[in-house]
Amino acid sequence: MSTYLQGILILAGINLIAVLGLSLLTGFTGSFCFGQAGFLAVGAYVSTLITMKFNMPFPISLVTGMMAAGLISILLGYPTLKLKGDYFAIATLGFSEAIRLVIENLDKITGGARGIPSIPTRTTLPLVILIAFIATVCIRFYVISKHGRNSIAVREDETAAQSIGINTFRYKQISFFINCLLAGLAGGLLAHYVGFIQPAMFGIIKSTELIVMVIFGGMHSVTGAALAAVILTALPEILRAAAAWRLVAYGAVVVFIMVVRPEGLLGSWELSWTSLRILWASLKPSLPQKR
Amino acid sequence: MENAILNITNLSKYFGGVKAVDDFSLSLTEGSIQAIIGPNGAGKTTIFNLITGLYKPTTGEIFFHNHKIDSIDTFRIAEMGIARTFQNIRLFPELSVLDNVRTACHSKANYSILEGLIPTRRRIQQEKQLTEYAMGLLRLVKLDNRADDYASNLSYGHRRRLEIARAMAIEPQLLLLDEPAAGMNPDETQKLMEFIAEIREKFNLTILLIEHHMEVVMGLAYYITVIDFGKTIANGTPDEIQSNPVVIAAYLGVGE
Repeated sequence: MSTYLQGILILAGINLIAVLGLSLLTGFTGSFCFGQAGFLAVGAYVSTLITMKFNMPFPISLVTGMMAAGLISILLGYPTLKLKGDYFAIATLGFSEAIRLVIENLDKITGGARGIPSIPTRTTLPLVILIAFIATVCIRFYVISKHGRNSIAVREDETAAQSIGINTFRYKQISFFINCLLAGLAGGLLAHYVGFIQPAMFGIIKSTELIVMVIFGGMHSVTGAALAAVILTALPEILRAAAAWRLVAYGAVVVFIMVVRPEGLLGSWELSWTSLRILWASLKPSLPQKR
Repeated sequence: MENAILNITNLSKYFGGVKAVDDFSLSLTEGSIQAIIGPNGAGKTTIFNLITGLYKPTTGEIFFHNHKIDSIDTFRIAEMGIARTFQNIRLFPELSVLDNVRTACHSKANYSILEGLIPTRRRIQQEKQLTEYAMGLLRLVKLDNRADDYASNLSYGHRRRLEIARAMAIEPQLLLLDEPAAGMNPDETQKLMEFIAEIREKFNLTILLIEHHMEVVMGLAYYITVIDFGKTIANGTPDEIQSNPVVIAAYLGVGE
């Protein structure tokens, strides 16, 4: 496989991992998170520093990056998840911008706006595919579990959820935590693939890109979000023929899907063996029965 | 009150200058059905919101089985055994009928978050039990044939029944029903009354009811509290209330 194609697939896989958590938090739990890039940045910088300053093996730096992002979700979630509706989105947006500025100004440790060059590249395609697959399966299982149902209940009607004994704050906190773990993991993988990180990579554009993937794929579908992550990562490359117009075309595709299918590509439909079988059965023309 | 399941003393709730509930007291005997009636805006739903912890009282106290519950979280009150329905039906529209009830039985399954990510044997077994239990409740409200439909696709009457099934799923000792017969025709109302009597018997429930349909109130309640503008204006058995001139003037209308 050409390194070009491999590169696209790796980036698609990394985006997929970051989008899965967002699908759980925003799509299933109903807390709109607009600062995913901030958690990606935490994972990327922490894992890079662990790799470069302490010469730790790759798995340890990845896990440390995840944990750092997870820890931040607890600290940030406590005051902000009690906020209603859009305020949480604004709080996460503010946080991710703050993180970016902190990284820019800690230039002794993080290299400031110039970033950190020559990070050992350790992220491989099989590793990304493996992690993306496991994460997708786990999140898919989670949303159909009791905990997933409780999260959906929080999204659907918080007051009603409380009235049947669901600790709504706890479930938002758990979804936020899982989201940040995955974002931190994606950040670590990204840093060790690109080999270079700088604060500008983790701005509001990145957050928007990821949230668009969730909405594009279907707010209530884990596999939809995963599929959208792959499609939307590959799309600018496919549209490369359009040269300078490719980002316009990208925007047009997103707008088109949102107008034609506002519930997203898959809506609340999930990709699985069972659902594919049902789809196949419904598409298959019914053959005349022989008597 | 020896066998009181719920005791409310001097409860008040002010919203700014508005006295939504003013010095309300109530004692609910275990196993009984009581009703709170009063004109629209009298503060009935506010009382439910205070009991279930959605609002914190301005003054006064609420005791459930002699535990003070007026300053604890809504979900903990539900865990203690107080379930409710809502005046304007609050289901989880994008969950299936079955999942609406299964969600409410969540405390029957105790598998961990980690087991939420990986289906272990314990999880599969517990989920199976939840499904069986939830289907049992759906059969009780005659919605078992709609189990896989989205809750949002149910008719109004079915949504009411599903909401009661969901409330029953937490195995409450006290059930608060907020206008369960609202929008129902006489035939449906009659069936609802029979249903409420049936579940009270079957699950040994205590019921506190808000209702405008007088035949429901008079037919079901052992004891009635009438409130108007947040104040209690009368207390008594259905017969006493029906002949109370203050109530007739304020609520039932003169000459009825």
